[in-house]
Amino acid sequence: MSEYLFYFLAFVSIFAALLVVTAKNPIHSVLFLIVTFFAIAGQYIILNAQFLAIVHIIVYAGAIMVLFLFVLMLLNLNKESEPVKSYLMKGIGVLAGCLLALVMVAALHKSTMSPALGNPNEDIGLVGNLGKVLFKEYVVPFEVSSLLFLSAMIGAVMLGKRDPKIEPVNEITN
Amino acid sequence: MDLILEKSILIIVIFSITLVIAMYSTYMERKVAAFLQDRIGPDRAGPFGILQPLADGGKMFFKEDFIPAKSERWLFILGPGIAMLTALMTSAVIPWGTSIEMFGRNISLQVADINIGILYVMGFLSIGVYGIMVGGWASNNKYSLMGAIRASSQMISYELAMGLSIIAIVMMNESLSLSVIAEKQDSWHWNVLYQPLGFLIFIVCAFAETNRAPFDLAECDSELIGGYHTEYSSMKLGFYLFAEYINMFISATMISTLYFGSYNFPGMHWVGDHLGHNWLAIIEVAVLFSKIIFFIFFFMWVRWTLPRFRYDQLMHLGWKVLIPLAIINMLITGGWMTYVWK
Repeated sequence: MSEYLFYFLAFVSIFAALLVVTAKNPIHSVLFLIVTFFAIAGQYIILNAQFLAIVHIIVYAGAIMVLFLFVLMLLNLNKESEPVKSYLMKGIGVLAGCLLALVMVAALHKSTMSPALGNPNEDIGLVGNLGKVLFKEYVVPFEVSSLLFLSAMIGAVMLGKRDPKIEPVNEITN
Repeated sequence: MDLILEKSILIIVIFSITLVIAMYSTYMERKVAAFLQDRIGPDRAGPFGILQPLADGGKMFFKEDFIPAKSERWLFILGPGIAMLTALMTSAVIPWGTSIEMFGRNISLQVADINIGILYVMGFLSIGVYGIMVGGWASNNKYSLMGAIRASSQMISYELAMGLSIIAIVMMNESLSLSVIAEKQDSWHWNVLYQPLGFLIFIVCAFAETNRAPFDLAECDSELIGGYHTEYSSMKLGFYLFAEYINMFISATMISTLYFGSYNFPGMHWVGDHLGHNWLAIIEVAVLFSKIIFFIFFFMWVRWTLPRFRYDQLMHLGWKVLIPLAIINMLITGGWMTYVWK
Protein backbone atom coordinates (compact mmCIF):
# COMPACT_ATOMS: atom_id res chain seq x y z
CA MET A 1 0.00 0.00 0.00
CA SER A 2 2.63 2.53 1.09
CA GLU A 3 4.84 1.45 -1.82
CA TYR A 4 2.17 2.32 -4.40
CA LEU A 5 1.57 5.58 -2.55
CA PHE A 6 5.29 6.30 -2.72
CA TYR A 7 5.40 5.77 -6.49
CA PHE A 8 2.27 7.86 -6.99
CA LEU A 9 3.64 10.76 -4.90
CA ALA A 10 7.05 10.50 -6.55
CA PHE A 11 5.40 10.68 -9.97
CA VAL A 12 3.29 13.68 -8.93
CA SER A 13 6.25 15.54 -7.46
CA ILE A 14 8.50 14.99 -10.49
CA PHE A 15 5.73 15.75 -12.99
CA ALA A 16 4.73 18.95 -11.16
CA ALA A 17 8.40 19.94 -10.83
CA LEU A 18 8.81 19.58 -14.59
CA LEU A 19 5.74 21.74 -15.12
CA VAL A 20 7.27 24.39 -12.83
CA VAL A 21 10.13 24.74 -15.29
CA THR A 22 8.12 24.46 -18.50
CA ALA A 23 5.09 26.59 -17.57
CA LYS A 24 4.96 29.84 -19.56
CA ASN A 25 3.20 31.84 -16.87
CA PRO A 26 5.22 32.39 -13.66
CA ILE A 27 2.03 32.22 -11.57
CA HIS A 28 1.38 28.74 -12.91
CA SER A 29 4.96 27.81 -12.03
CA VAL A 30 4.41 28.85 -8.42
CA LEU A 31 1.17 26.89 -8.22
CA PHE A 32 2.85 23.76 -9.59
CA LEU A 33 5.66 24.24 -7.09
CA ILE A 34 3.04 24.17 -4.33
CA VAL A 35 1.75 20.85 -5.73
CA THR A 36 5.34 19.54 -5.61
CA PHE A 37 5.64 20.59 -1.97
CA PHE A 38 2.42 18.77 -1.12
CA ALA A 39 3.69 15.60 -2.77
CA ILE A 40 6.93 15.84 -0.77
CA ALA A 41 4.92 16.38 2.42
CA GLY A 42 3.08 13.18 1.55
CA GLN A 43 6.43 11.36 1.40
CA TYR A 44 7.22 12.62 4.91
CA ILE A 45 3.92 11.21 6.15
CA ILE A 46 4.76 7.80 4.63
CA LEU A 47 8.02 7.96 6.62
CA ASN A 48 5.95 8.59 9.79
CA ALA A 49 7.37 12.10 10.15
CA GLN A 50 4.10 14.00 10.51
CA PHE A 51 5.66 16.99 12.21
CA LEU A 52 8.10 17.55 9.36
CA ALA A 53 5.30 17.12 6.84
CA ILE A 54 3.06 19.72 8.41
CA VAL A 55 5.90 22.16 9.04
CA HIS A 56 6.93 21.71 5.42
CA ILE A 57 3.40 22.70 4.36
CA ILE A 58 3.10 25.62 6.79
CA VAL A 59 6.52 27.11 6.04
CA TYR A 60 7.00 26.41 2.33
CA ALA A 61 3.52 26.09 0.85
CA GLY A 62 1.81 28.38 3.35
CA ALA A 63 4.29 31.20 3.82
CA ILE A 64 7.16 31.34 1.34
CA MET A 65 5.08 30.49 -1.72
CA VAL A 66 2.44 33.03 -0.70
CA LEU A 67 5.16 35.69 -0.74
CA PHE A 68 6.35 34.48 -4.16
CA LEU A 69 2.82 34.66 -5.50
CA PHE A 70 2.44 38.06 -3.94
CA VAL A 71 5.46 39.52 -5.66
CA LEU A 72 4.52 37.97 -9.01
CA MET A 73 0.98 39.32 -8.82
CA LEU A 74 2.22 42.81 -8.01
CA LEU A 75 4.81 42.71 -10.80
CA ASN A 76 2.03 41.83 -13.23
CA LEU A 77 4.24 39.84 -15.60
CA ASN A 78 2.70 39.01 -18.95
CA LYS A 79 3.75 38.31 -22.51
CA GLU A 80 3.92 41.96 -23.51
CA SER A 81 6.24 43.02 -20.69
CA GLU A 82 8.58 40.02 -20.95
CA PRO A 83 11.97 41.08 -22.39
CA VAL A 84 12.78 39.37 -25.68
CA LYS A 85 16.00 37.39 -25.39
CA SER A 86 18.37 37.22 -28.35
CA TYR A 87 19.42 33.92 -29.96
CA LEU A 88 22.92 34.37 -28.53
CA MET A 89 21.52 34.50 -24.99
CA LYS A 90 19.36 31.44 -25.62
CA GLY A 91 22.30 29.53 -27.07
CA ILE A 92 24.47 30.35 -24.06
CA GLY A 93 21.64 29.26 -21.75
CA VAL A 94 21.34 25.88 -23.50
CA LEU A 95 25.12 25.40 -23.35
CA ALA A 96 25.25 26.20 -19.62
CA GLY A 97 22.37 23.80 -18.94
CA CYS A 98 24.10 21.01 -20.88
CA LEU A 99 27.32 21.56 -18.94
CA LEU A 100 25.47 21.37 -15.62
CA ALA A 101 23.78 18.14 -16.74
CA LEU A 102 27.20 16.74 -17.73
CA VAL A 103 28.64 17.53 -14.29
CA MET A 104 25.68 15.91 -12.56
CA VAL A 105 25.80 12.78 -14.72
CA ALA A 106 29.54 12.47 -14.11
CA ALA A 107 29.05 12.83 -10.37
CA LEU A 108 26.25 10.24 -10.33
CA HIS A 109 28.27 7.89 -12.52
CA LYS A 110 31.13 7.78 -10.01
CA SER A 111 29.00 7.40 -6.91
CA THR A 112 27.85 4.06 -5.59
CA MET A 113 24.42 3.45 -4.15
CA SER A 114 24.70 2.90 -0.41
CA PRO A 115 22.36 0.24 0.96
CA ALA A 116 19.26 1.56 2.72
CA LEU A 117 20.01 2.25 6.36
CA GLY A 118 16.73 0.83 7.53
CA ASN A 119 14.75 2.77 10.04
CA PRO A 120 16.37 2.31 13.45
CA ASN A 121 13.37 3.74 15.24
CA GLU A 122 9.90 3.90 13.70
CA ASP A 123 8.87 6.90 15.78
CA ILE A 124 11.99 8.97 15.15
CA GLY A 125 10.04 11.54 13.15
CA LEU A 126 7.37 12.20 15.77
CA VAL A 127 7.42 15.64 17.30
CA GLY A 128 8.47 14.57 20.82
CA ASN A 129 11.50 12.59 19.66
CA LEU A 130 12.48 15.25 17.17
CA GLY A 131 12.35 17.93 19.87
CA LYS A 132 14.50 15.85 22.21
CA VAL A 133 17.13 15.29 19.54
CA LEU A 134 17.14 18.97 18.53
CA PHE A 135 17.31 20.42 22.03
CA LYS A 136 19.58 17.82 23.67
CA GLU A 137 22.09 16.61 21.09
CA TYR A 138 22.11 19.53 18.68
CA VAL A 139 21.44 22.57 20.88
CA VAL A 140 24.45 24.58 19.72
CA PRO A 141 23.91 24.17 15.93
CA PHE A 142 20.21 24.88 16.47
CA GLU A 143 20.91 28.12 18.34
CA VAL A 144 23.58 29.17 15.83
CA SER A 145 21.17 28.67 12.93
CA SER A 146 18.50 30.70 14.74
CA LEU A 147 21.10 33.48 15.16
CA LEU A 148 21.70 33.34 11.41
CA PHE A 149 17.98 33.70 10.78
CA LEU A 150 17.81 36.65 13.14
CA SER A 151 20.68 38.44 11.40
CA ALA A 152 19.06 37.79 8.01
CA MET A 153 15.80 39.24 9.33
CA ILE A 154 17.52 42.35 10.68
CA GLY A 155 19.29 42.74 7.35
CA ALA A 156 15.97 42.56 5.49
CA VAL A 157 14.45 45.18 7.79
CA MET A 158 17.47 47.45 7.32
CA LEU A 159 17.24 47.13 3.53
CA GLY A 160 13.53 47.78 3.57
CA LYS A 161 13.85 50.86 5.76
CA ARG A 162 13.46 54.21 4.07
CA ASP A 163 16.61 56.31 4.04
CA PRO A 164 15.93 59.39 6.24
CA LYS A 165 18.25 61.57 4.11
CA ILE A 166 16.20 61.07 0.95
CA GLU A 167 13.09 63.21 0.89
CA PRO A 168 9.91 61.13 0.36
CA VAL A 169 8.69 61.54 -3.20
CA ASN A 170 5.47 63.46 -3.35
CA GLU A 171 3.38 61.55 -5.83
CA ILE A 172 0.53 64.03 -5.96
CA THR A 173 2.60 66.85 -7.46
CA ASN A 174 3.84 64.97 -10.51
CA MET B 1 -13.45 -2.84 8.88
CA ASP B 2 -15.59 -1.63 11.77
CA LEU B 3 -13.16 1.22 12.29
CA ILE B 4 -13.51 2.39 8.69
CA LEU B 5 -17.31 2.17 8.94
CA GLU B 6 -17.54 4.15 12.17
CA LYS B 7 -15.08 6.77 10.93
CA SER B 8 -17.00 7.15 7.66
CA ILE B 9 -20.27 7.64 9.52
CA LEU B 10 -18.60 10.17 11.81
CA ILE B 11 -17.13 12.05 8.83
CA ILE B 12 -20.50 12.21 7.08
CA VAL B 13 -22.23 13.40 10.26
CA ILE B 14 -19.62 16.12 10.90
CA PHE B 15 -19.70 17.14 7.24
CA SER B 16 -23.47 17.59 7.25
CA ILE B 17 -23.46 19.37 10.62
CA THR B 18 -20.81 21.76 9.30
CA LEU B 19 -22.83 22.51 6.19
CA VAL B 20 -26.09 22.96 8.11
CA ILE B 21 -24.44 25.27 10.64
CA ALA B 22 -22.80 27.31 7.88
CA MET B 23 -26.17 27.50 6.09
CA TYR B 24 -28.03 28.66 9.15
CA SER B 25 -25.23 31.08 10.05
CA THR B 26 -26.32 33.14 7.05
CA TYR B 27 -29.85 33.21 8.46
CA MET B 28 -28.55 33.94 11.95
CA GLU B 29 -26.36 36.74 10.61
CA ARG B 30 -29.37 38.47 9.08
CA LYS B 31 -31.48 37.97 12.16
CA VAL B 32 -28.73 39.23 14.49
CA ALA B 33 -28.16 42.25 12.22
CA ALA B 34 -31.88 42.93 12.23
CA PHE B 35 -32.01 42.60 16.02
CA LEU B 36 -29.06 44.97 16.53
CA GLN B 37 -30.49 47.50 14.07
CA ASP B 38 -34.02 47.26 15.45
CA ARG B 39 -35.50 45.63 12.34
CA ILE B 40 -37.38 42.37 11.80
CA GLY B 41 -35.08 40.68 9.28
CA PRO B 42 -36.05 37.89 6.85
CA ASP B 43 -39.54 36.61 7.70
CA ARG B 44 -41.17 35.59 4.40
CA ALA B 45 -39.87 32.07 3.69
CA GLY B 46 -41.52 29.76 6.21
CA PRO B 47 -42.28 30.60 9.86
CA PHE B 48 -39.85 33.27 11.14
CA GLY B 49 -38.10 33.08 7.75
CA ILE B 50 -36.62 29.73 8.73
CA LEU B 51 -36.45 28.55 5.10
CA GLN B 52 -34.51 31.63 3.98
CA PRO B 53 -31.15 29.79 3.56
CA LEU B 54 -32.82 27.26 1.25
CA ALA B 55 -34.31 30.05 -0.83
CA ASP B 56 -30.91 31.76 -1.02
CA GLY B 57 -29.23 28.52 -2.04
CA GLY B 58 -31.84 27.88 -4.74
CA LYS B 59 -31.35 31.37 -6.07
CA MET B 60 -27.56 30.88 -6.15
CA PHE B 61 -27.89 27.63 -8.11
CA PHE B 62 -30.22 29.04 -10.75
CA LYS B 63 -28.23 32.19 -11.47
CA GLU B 64 -26.17 32.41 -14.62
CA ASP B 65 -22.67 31.04 -14.07
CA PHE B 66 -20.54 33.70 -15.74
CA ILE B 67 -16.81 33.41 -16.46
CA PRO B 68 -15.17 36.64 -17.69
CA ALA B 69 -13.64 36.34 -21.17
CA LYS B 70 -10.16 37.55 -20.18
CA SER B 71 -9.90 35.49 -17.02
CA GLU B 72 -7.69 32.46 -16.46
CA ARG B 73 -10.45 29.93 -16.90
CA TRP B 74 -9.12 26.96 -14.89
CA LEU B 75 -7.72 29.01 -12.05
CA PHE B 76 -10.98 30.96 -11.93
CA ILE B 77 -12.81 27.69 -11.33
CA LEU B 78 -10.12 26.34 -8.97
CA GLY B 79 -10.22 29.35 -6.60
CA PRO B 80 -13.59 28.72 -4.91
CA GLY B 81 -12.81 25.00 -4.86
CA ILE B 82 -9.63 25.54 -2.83
CA ALA B 83 -11.45 27.91 -0.48
CA MET B 84 -14.17 25.33 0.19
CA LEU B 85 -11.78 22.36 0.50
CA THR B 86 -9.47 24.01 3.02
CA ALA B 87 -12.45 25.24 5.03
CA LEU B 88 -13.94 21.75 5.27
CA MET B 89 -10.71 19.84 6.00
CA THR B 90 -10.01 21.29 9.44
CA SER B 91 -12.96 19.68 11.21
CA ALA B 92 -11.20 16.28 10.99
CA VAL B 93 -8.93 16.79 14.00
CA ILE B 94 -11.37 18.46 16.40
CA PRO B 95 -12.55 16.36 19.36
CA TRP B 96 -16.32 16.80 19.49
CA GLY B 97 -16.66 14.81 22.73
CA THR B 98 -14.89 11.98 24.55
CA SER B 99 -16.46 8.77 23.31
CA ILE B 100 -19.74 6.87 23.18
CA GLU B 101 -20.34 3.17 23.84
CA MET B 102 -22.39 1.53 21.15
CA PHE B 103 -22.71 -2.06 19.92
CA GLY B 104 -20.14 -3.08 22.53
CA ARG B 105 -17.54 -0.73 21.08
CA ASN B 106 -16.00 2.43 22.43
CA ILE B 107 -16.40 4.93 19.61
CA SER B 108 -14.25 8.05 19.79
CA LEU B 109 -15.94 11.28 18.72
CA GLN B 110 -12.90 12.52 16.85
CA VAL B 111 -12.14 11.57 13.27
CA ALA B 112 -8.34 11.66 13.44
CA ASP B 113 -6.46 11.95 16.71
CA ILE B 114 -3.12 12.97 15.22
CA ASN B 115 -0.37 14.13 17.57
CA ILE B 116 0.07 17.46 15.75
CA GLY B 117 -3.60 18.49 15.65
CA ILE B 118 -2.99 22.19 16.21
CA LEU B 119 -0.36 22.37 13.49
CA TYR B 120 -2.73 20.61 11.10
CA VAL B 121 -5.31 23.34 11.66
CA MET B 122 -2.67 26.06 11.26
CA GLY B 123 -1.45 24.40 8.06
CA PHE B 124 -4.86 24.41 6.45
CA LEU B 125 -5.36 27.97 7.61
CA SER B 126 -2.23 29.02 5.75
CA ILE B 127 -3.28 27.08 2.65
CA GLY B 128 -6.68 28.79 2.73
CA VAL B 129 -5.04 31.99 1.45
CA TYR B 130 -4.61 30.38 -1.97
CA GLY B 131 -8.35 30.14 -2.59
CA ILE B 132 -8.61 33.91 -2.31
CA MET B 133 -5.34 34.73 -4.09
CA VAL B 134 -5.89 32.40 -7.03
CA GLY B 135 -9.51 33.49 -7.48
CA GLY B 136 -8.69 37.17 -7.18
CA TRP B 137 -5.80 37.01 -9.61
CA ALA B 138 -7.54 34.81 -12.17
CA SER B 139 -10.49 37.23 -12.40
CA ASN B 140 -8.25 39.71 -14.23
CA ASN B 141 -9.87 42.64 -12.49
CA LYS B 142 -8.15 45.40 -10.54
CA TYR B 143 -10.62 45.33 -7.68
CA SER B 144 -10.31 41.55 -7.39
CA LEU B 145 -6.52 41.71 -7.37
CA MET B 146 -6.48 44.48 -4.77
CA GLY B 147 -8.92 42.53 -2.61
CA ALA B 148 -6.91 39.32 -2.97
CA ILE B 149 -3.64 41.03 -2.07
CA ARG B 150 -5.18 42.78 0.92
CA ALA B 151 -6.76 39.56 2.14
CA SER B 152 -3.62 37.51 1.82
CA SER B 153 -1.28 40.06 3.40
CA GLN B 154 -3.74 40.40 6.25
CA MET B 155 -3.97 36.65 6.71
CA ILE B 156 -0.21 36.02 6.70
CA SER B 157 0.36 38.92 9.12
CA TYR B 158 -2.16 37.69 11.66
CA GLU B 159 -1.15 34.04 11.32
CA LEU B 160 2.10 34.92 13.11
CA ALA B 161 0.46 36.41 16.19
CA MET B 162 -2.05 33.55 16.21
CA GLY B 163 0.72 30.95 16.13
CA LEU B 164 2.61 32.72 18.92
CA SER B 165 -0.50 32.85 21.12
CA ILE B 166 -1.07 29.13 20.53
CA ILE B 167 2.53 28.33 21.56
CA ALA B 168 1.68 29.44 25.13
CA ILE B 169 -1.22 26.96 25.15
CA VAL B 170 1.02 24.20 23.79
CA MET B 171 3.62 24.95 26.48
CA MET B 172 1.03 24.72 29.25
CA ASN B 173 -0.53 21.49 27.99
CA GLU B 174 2.74 19.95 26.84
CA SER B 175 1.11 18.56 23.74
CA LEU B 176 0.19 19.53 20.18
CA SER B 177 -2.73 17.12 20.14
CA LEU B 178 -6.15 18.72 20.39
CA SER B 179 -7.61 15.75 22.24
CA VAL B 180 -4.98 16.06 24.99
CA ILE B 181 -5.55 19.82 25.24
CA ALA B 182 -9.30 19.22 25.53
CA GLU B 183 -8.81 16.49 28.13
CA LYS B 184 -6.56 18.63 30.33
CA GLN B 185 -9.22 21.34 30.72
CA ASP B 186 -11.17 19.03 33.02
CA SER B 187 -14.50 20.41 34.38
CA TRP B 188 -13.71 24.08 35.04
CA HIS B 189 -9.93 24.25 34.41
CA TRP B 190 -10.45 26.13 31.18
CA ASN B 191 -7.40 27.61 29.53
CA VAL B 192 -8.96 31.06 29.35
CA LEU B 193 -8.52 31.33 33.14
CA TYR B 194 -4.76 30.78 32.78
CA GLN B 195 -4.23 32.51 29.44
CA PRO B 196 -6.51 35.59 29.33
CA LEU B 197 -4.03 37.61 27.25
CA GLY B 198 -3.43 34.72 24.89
CA PHE B 199 -7.16 34.34 24.42
CA LEU B 200 -7.54 38.03 23.57
CA ILE B 201 -4.77 37.82 20.96
CA PHE B 202 -6.20 34.62 19.54
CA ILE B 203 -9.72 35.94 19.14
CA VAL B 204 -8.54 39.15 17.43
CA CYS B 205 -6.45 37.06 15.05
CA ALA B 206 -9.39 34.73 14.44
CA PHE B 207 -11.44 37.71 13.30
CA ALA B 208 -8.65 38.77 10.95
CA GLU B 209 -8.12 35.24 9.61
CA THR B 210 -11.78 34.79 8.71
CA ASN B 211 -11.85 38.22 7.02
CA ARG B 212 -14.73 39.26 9.23
CA ALA B 213 -15.55 42.80 10.32
CA PRO B 214 -13.82 44.85 11.70
CA PHE B 215 -11.08 43.27 9.52
CA ASP B 216 -13.10 42.76 6.35
CA LEU B 217 -10.84 44.92 4.20
CA ALA B 218 -10.64 42.17 1.62
CA GLU B 219 -14.18 42.80 0.47
CA CYS B 220 -15.04 46.27 1.70
CA ASP B 221 -17.83 47.24 -0.63
CA SER B 222 -17.27 50.99 -0.55
CA GLU B 223 -13.73 50.91 -2.00
CA LEU B 224 -13.33 47.54 -3.68
CA ILE B 225 -16.86 46.73 -4.93
CA GLY B 226 -16.67 43.18 -3.60
CA GLY B 227 -12.96 42.49 -3.25
CA TYR B 228 -11.64 39.18 -4.53
CA HIS B 229 -15.04 37.84 -5.54
CA THR B 230 -16.16 40.82 -7.63
CA GLU B 231 -16.26 38.79 -10.86
CA TYR B 232 -17.85 35.70 -9.36
CA SER B 233 -21.48 34.77 -9.75
CA SER B 234 -23.80 31.85 -9.12
CA MET B 235 -22.56 28.95 -7.00
CA LYS B 236 -18.87 29.94 -7.34
CA LEU B 237 -19.70 33.08 -5.38
CA GLY B 238 -21.78 30.85 -3.15
CA PHE B 239 -18.72 28.70 -2.46
CA TYR B 240 -16.67 31.72 -1.39
CA LEU B 241 -19.38 33.04 0.90
CA PHE B 242 -20.07 29.57 2.24
CA ALA B 243 -16.37 28.95 2.90
CA GLU B 244 -16.31 32.15 4.93
CA TYR B 245 -19.14 30.90 7.14
CA ILE B 246 -17.51 27.49 7.53
CA ASN B 247 -14.29 29.24 8.53
CA MET B 248 -16.25 31.19 11.10
CA PHE B 249 -17.71 27.95 12.48
CA ILE B 250 -14.24 26.35 12.63
CA SER B 251 -12.80 29.46 14.31
CA ALA B 252 -15.56 29.40 16.91
CA THR B 253 -14.81 25.70 17.45
CA MET B 254 -11.11 26.36 17.86
CA ILE B 255 -11.76 29.18 20.35
CA SER B 256 -14.00 26.89 22.40
CA THR B 257 -11.60 23.95 22.15
CA LEU B 258 -8.40 25.81 22.97
CA TYR B 259 -9.63 28.32 25.53
CA PHE B 260 -13.14 27.53 26.70
CA GLY B 261 -12.77 23.97 27.87
CA SER B 262 -13.88 22.20 24.69
CA TYR B 263 -16.58 19.70 25.75
CA ASN B 264 -15.79 20.03 29.46
CA PHE B 265 -18.22 21.63 31.89
CA PRO B 266 -18.34 21.98 35.69
CA GLY B 267 -19.96 18.94 37.28
CA MET B 268 -19.22 16.60 34.39
CA HIS B 269 -17.91 13.89 36.75
CA TRP B 270 -21.16 13.93 38.72
CA VAL B 271 -23.10 13.52 35.46
CA GLY B 272 -20.79 10.70 34.39
CA ASP B 273 -21.24 8.86 37.68
CA HIS B 274 -25.01 9.26 37.92
CA LEU B 275 -26.33 9.16 34.35
CA GLY B 276 -23.84 6.90 32.64
CA HIS B 277 -21.23 7.27 29.94
CA ASN B 278 -23.45 7.81 26.90
CA TRP B 279 -25.56 10.52 28.52
CA LEU B 280 -22.35 12.30 29.48
CA ALA B 281 -21.17 12.11 25.87
CA ILE B 282 -24.44 13.59 24.59
CA ILE B 283 -24.31 16.43 27.12
CA GLU B 284 -20.64 17.05 26.25
CA VAL B 285 -21.45 17.44 22.56
CA ALA B 286 -24.37 19.73 23.43
CA VAL B 287 -22.12 21.84 25.69
CA LEU B 288 -19.47 22.16 22.98
CA PHE B 289 -22.05 23.18 20.39
CA SER B 290 -23.63 25.76 22.67
CA LYS B 291 -20.18 27.29 23.19
CA ILE B 292 -19.61 27.27 19.43
CA ILE B 293 -22.97 28.91 18.73
CA PHE B 294 -22.25 31.55 21.34
CA PHE B 295 -18.96 32.41 19.63
CA ILE B 296 -20.62 32.51 16.20
CA PHE B 297 -23.07 34.96 17.73
CA PHE B 298 -20.12 36.89 19.15
CA PHE B 299 -18.58 37.14 15.66
CA MET B 300 -21.83 38.63 14.36
CA TRP B 301 -22.27 40.88 17.36
CA VAL B 302 -18.84 42.42 16.71
CA ARG B 303 -19.54 42.72 12.99
CA TRP B 304 -22.61 44.87 13.56
CA THR B 305 -21.00 46.91 16.36
CA LEU B 306 -17.51 47.95 15.28
CA PRO B 307 -16.57 49.96 12.19
CA ARG B 308 -13.91 48.72 9.76
CA PHE B 309 -10.21 49.35 10.41
CA ARG B 310 -8.13 51.43 8.02
CA TYR B 311 -5.45 49.42 6.23
CA ASP B 312 -2.45 50.98 8.01
CA GLN B 313 -4.21 50.55 11.36
CA LEU B 314 -4.71 46.88 10.57
CA MET B 315 -1.01 46.34 9.81
CA HIS B 316 0.00 48.41 12.86
CA LEU B 317 -2.21 46.33 15.13
CA GLY B 318 -0.95 43.07 13.71
CA TRP B 319 2.79 43.67 13.63
CA LYS B 320 3.43 46.26 16.34
CA VAL B 321 0.84 45.39 18.97
CA LEU B 322 -0.29 41.77 18.74
CA ILE B 323 3.04 40.09 17.92
CA PRO B 324 5.01 41.80 20.77
CA LEU B 325 2.11 41.08 23.14
CA ALA B 326 2.08 37.42 22.08
CA ILE B 327 5.86 37.15 22.63
CA ILE B 328 5.53 38.74 26.09
CA ASN B 329 2.70 36.32 26.87
CA MET B 330 4.89 33.42 25.80
CA LEU B 331 7.79 34.63 28.01
CA ILE B 332 5.49 35.07 31.01
CA THR B 333 4.08 31.58 30.50
CA GLY B 334 7.58 30.12 30.22
CA GLY B 335 8.81 31.94 33.32
CA TRP B 336 5.75 30.95 35.30
CA MET B 337 6.11 27.31 34.29
CA THR B 338 9.80 27.18 35.22
CA TYR B 339 9.74 29.09 38.53
CA VAL B 340 6.24 28.88 39.98
CA TRP B 341 4.86 25.51 38.92
CA LYS B 342 7.97 23.55 39.76
